[in-house]
Amino acid sequence: MKKYKLLTAAALSIAMAAPLALTSTIAPAAGERYILVSHAPDSDSWWNTIKNGIALAGKQMGVSVEYRNPPTGDLADMARIIDQSAASKPNGIITTLADFDVLSGPIRNAVDQGINVIIMNSGTPEQTREVGALMFVGQPEYDAGLAAGLRAKGDGVKSFVCVNHVISNTVVAERCRGFADGLGIELGNSMLDSGQDPAEIKNRVLAYLSANPKTDAILTLGPTSADPTLLALEENGMAGDIYFGTFDLGDNIVKGIKSGVIQWGIDQQPFLQAYLPVVVLTNYDRYGVLPGNNINSGPGFVTKDGLTLVEKYAGEYR
Amino acid sequence: MTQAEQTLPESDERIKERSSFHKALIRPELGGVCGTILVFLFFFLTARDSGMFSPAGVLNWSIVSSQFIIIAVGACLLMIAGEFDLSVGSMIGFSGMSIALLSVTFGWPVWLAIITTFILCMGVGALNGWLVIKTGLPSFIVTLAFLFILRGLTIFAAISTTSKTIIGGIRDVAEGDWLAPFFGGKVLTGVFQWMGDEGWIEVYTRGIKKGQPVVEGIPMLMVWALVLVIFGHWLLTKTKFGNWIFAAGGDAQAARYVGVPVNRVKILMFMFTAFCACVFATAQVMEFGSAGADRGLLKEFEAIISVVIGGALLTGGYGSVIGAALGAIIFGVVQQGLFFAGVESSLFRVFLGVILLLAVILNTYIRRMITGEK
Repeated sequence: MKKYKLLTAAALSIAMAAPLALTSTIAPAAGERYILVSHAPDSDSWWNTIKNGIALAGKQMGVSVEYRNPPTGDLADMARIIDQSAASKPNGIITTLADFDVLSGPIRNAVDQGINVIIMNSGTPEQTREVGALMFVGQPEYDAGLAAGLRAKGDGVKSFVCVNHVISNTVVAERCRGFADGLGIELGNSMLDSGQDPAEIKNRVLAYLSANPKTDAILTLGPTSADPTLLALEENGMAGDIYFGTFDLGDNIVKGIKSGVIQWGIDQQPFLQAYLPVVVLTNYDRYGVLPGNNINSGPGFVTKDGLTLVEKYAGEYR
Repeated sequence: MTQAEQTLPESDERIKERSSFHKALIRPELGGVCGTILVFLFFFLTARDSGMFSPAGVLNWSIVSSQFIIIAVGACLLMIAGEFDLSVGSMIGFSGMSIALLSVTFGWPVWLAIITTFILCMGVGALNGWLVIKTGLPSFIVTLAFLFILRGLTIFAAISTTSKTIIGGIRDVAEGDWLAPFFGGKVLTGVFQWMGDEGWIEVYTRGIKKGQPVVEGIPMLMVWALVLVIFGHWLLTKTKFGNWIFAAGGDAQAARYVGVPVNRVKILMFMFTAFCACVFATAQVMEFGSAGADRGLLKEFEAIISVVIGGALLTGGYGSVIGAALGAIIFGVVQQGLFFAGVESSLFRVFLGVILLLAVILNTYIRRMITGEK
């Protein structure tokens, strides 16, 4: 009994002391405040570049920035976070439009409360106009996939597998569709739902390739699926032999490009998707100036040539 | 016992006397009540000016809490009956997708899609319960199997019929439907419009909703949460069936000896949990107008966490619906409140873990005081 009294006392004192510790972590609310809401689960490492991008922009522009995401990547939870961001009255919200049905309502409501919104990363220019956002900063996914497909066709690719680690994100799946159209073949069963776990991704790629040994090319949709795929190719000896293209960059992808295992990486330059909206919003709030159109942050092909800067900042700003 | 009491003929020497204050204090909900007060105090001190306590902010965390409450009520009753359901999250994805496929892809009327989905879900719940009873396996394992089966079926059904994992357009087909507003509608809109007109609450300053209040009304989701809590509390504390639930979870064999239909109670509770998950999914689908194959991920644990914070025992036979509801409120307020307080979002899980631990320690202490076990 006595043991529990002690424990309770300790618990209560921690609970009471916590607010004090917490207050010191809150950034000073001087200047403008912008919130970036993403759709990515905590486990998606690609978004680290986004965090670094807004942090740098916040520092350079002298504004405070915050990053919010639904921990499990549930888009319904993300809608609540947008509602909540609007309720906290920031100067602007930067958000992705991963599912128009779910997110358009909350975004529209934020816009109507007088908050400036910029859509980044996922979404289309039409959807951006429809929700009343200022602009779209990102890479048109289907077009990027198509461009990659055309390039691969030129290199003699006839069949492929698309390793999709975010099967629920319809916009990202457009990359696979565009790639198939670029090659001039049906998507069919070429899209592999790999899940998020690296070991599972690796084993599913291995299983697919041993079941379909005639596959010409692999397309991965980000470091989350590319890194385990690299390991899988090393294990079954297909590294360097099979045509390998990937979306987005990361440490291992850059190494892969350098060693010739990966032919190219499509960089949509997430840094710009995070950095530019903060700069644009700040200038709009301070001086009323706004660029006249959407900004395409990608696509750009990163190949073996000119890897130095990419290599230096891979996973941080690239 | 005092001298005076001993002379009273109706006093029973087998019953230990407790002061009414002691009785009021020592309830399974006590931990939940203390926790709720502490949590609100905490956020009032740290996030008072952040918009958390503005009408839109209050609505925000109330909706999130209501979502937790809906699945927590089902999980609570099932847990008191001595079983777990880990398929709740998958069931949410499954039922949302079922409504979307039936109504949008197959063109059924929305009310029929909703009713069919409810029947389907409760059927799966009954199957869960039947398997647990028949095989004698722990419900942990059986429902874990259904966690995967339902999630896989959901993704497969969506991909094979529409080659998409998110199906939208439900809002259009639900237009004018008689059943849909019971899940996706809002009540008391007139009151809020009036408060907006009077300038008591904030209104939209631009766009097509200009002049309308930012908080339009109370979503049906919150009404469902309230109704389910009242129903669950009444069922558990005021009916014979409630006693059966406690008995089935406390000691199933002993309950059988005194004539409690343990199997029926457990299967019904599995069906009720499925029903709650289906309410959650339907309200979500109707509000957002789309269903996704990954909806409801990890919701089964969020339900169980709410119930445990609310003071129920993992082993069954002890707990309260009010406690579970308070647990859900604590969970919801902490989850949304940390955003308002400006805490780095990756720290959310740290806080969640700490709260869970503190709640269980406090609840164990309270339970020992109630039951007298050492």
